[in-house]
Amino acid sequence: MNARKLISMVALLGLSFSIMAASVPEDKIDTLRLAPLNVEPTPPAMQQVINSDVKQVRNYPMQPPVIPHKIDGYQIDLKVNKCMQCHARTSTGHSQAPMVSVTHYMDRDNNFLADLSPRRYFCTQCHAPQLDAKLLVENDFVDIDHLIKATKPAKH
Amino acid sequence: MLAKLFEKLKLVWTVVNRPSVHYSLGFLTLGGFVAGVIFWGGFNTALEVTNQEKFCIGCHEMENNVYQELQSTIHFTNRSGVRATCPDCHVPHNWTDKIARKMQASKEVWGKVFGTINTREKFEAKRRELAEHEWERLKANDSLECRNCHNFDYMDFTRQSKRASQMHSTSLASGEKTCIDCHKGIAHQLPDMAGVEGF
Repeated sequence: MNARKLISMVALLGLSFSIMAASVPEDKIDTLRLAPLNVEPTPPAMQQVINSDVKQVRNYPMQPPVIPHKIDGYQIDLKVNKCMQCHARTSTGHSQAPMVSVTHYMDRDNNFLADLSPRRYFCTQCHAPQLDAKLLVENDFVDIDHLIKATKPAKH
Repeated sequence: MLAKLFEKLKLVWTVVNRPSVHYSLGFLTLGGFVAGVIFWGGFNTALEVTNQEKFCIGCHEMENNVYQELQSTIHFTNRSGVRATCPDCHVPHNWTDKIARKMQASKEVWGKVFGTINTREKFEAKRRELAEHEWERLKANDSLECRNCHNFDYMDFTRQSKRASQMHSTSLASGEKTCIDCHKGIAHQLPDMAGVEGF
């Protein structure tokens, strides 16, 4: 691609963006930043992480189980995975923590490994601790078991 | 050689053994007492100085590595503002143990002089070994430095999380485990933990 073509393409792209920006009124743009760009807003107070150790049901299909406790300062890096101090297969006996699923010991070709698979190593990529916060959006997810129960006529 | 040394010792003994000619008994006893007070006071002051965080982080090895890591942990900053300084955990409070630890610290002076951990890379390479020394020490003294503040007898299990109270009321209470067995890496980053029991 030669330079002229590139410049004209960039110009066209810029034009289309500016048209888009012009067509959407500013009060209709939703942003997480609730202050003008040149103002540093006071951050909201930090919320408490739920530390109840009470397991929660899933909120959507295939949701990774949420973490029902604090994980402040847990080190998960090349040297050590703090979560595995309790959740490793060998530790669950004394820790009584749920064992990480066997899938976490499998590589992408479904071969079983002796230790955590590298692709499953960083727990917090999928598992997250929860806040005791107000729901921003209501969740109307119904788990499949409830759906089946609701549609099936009761038998005796 | 040995005979010569013996001769010298004998000379010292005769000097020490002879009654004083020039100084009165009062001067010698009082002077000795005052000198003793000054020496002991000076010794303790020097000991106190080396037992301050400022002294510890006077070396860049401590300031740039472990001290930085401490600052994000609960032992440095928390809701009530009580904090642990380096010697709170790393120097025994009991006098004899403290002196023993101070003698061991001569090795650290050696390390400082010869720069065994004077770069980040060297420190990281030695992190496991250094950590193991501390784990060993705390294991041997039943986590005494933890217990200087965290007294088991006054722990209110009902104020602890379920997990914590379960562990503390069983393994810790029976003496089967001590603090450091589970609470490794609470104040500094952990080294490579391959092969460490419980990891």
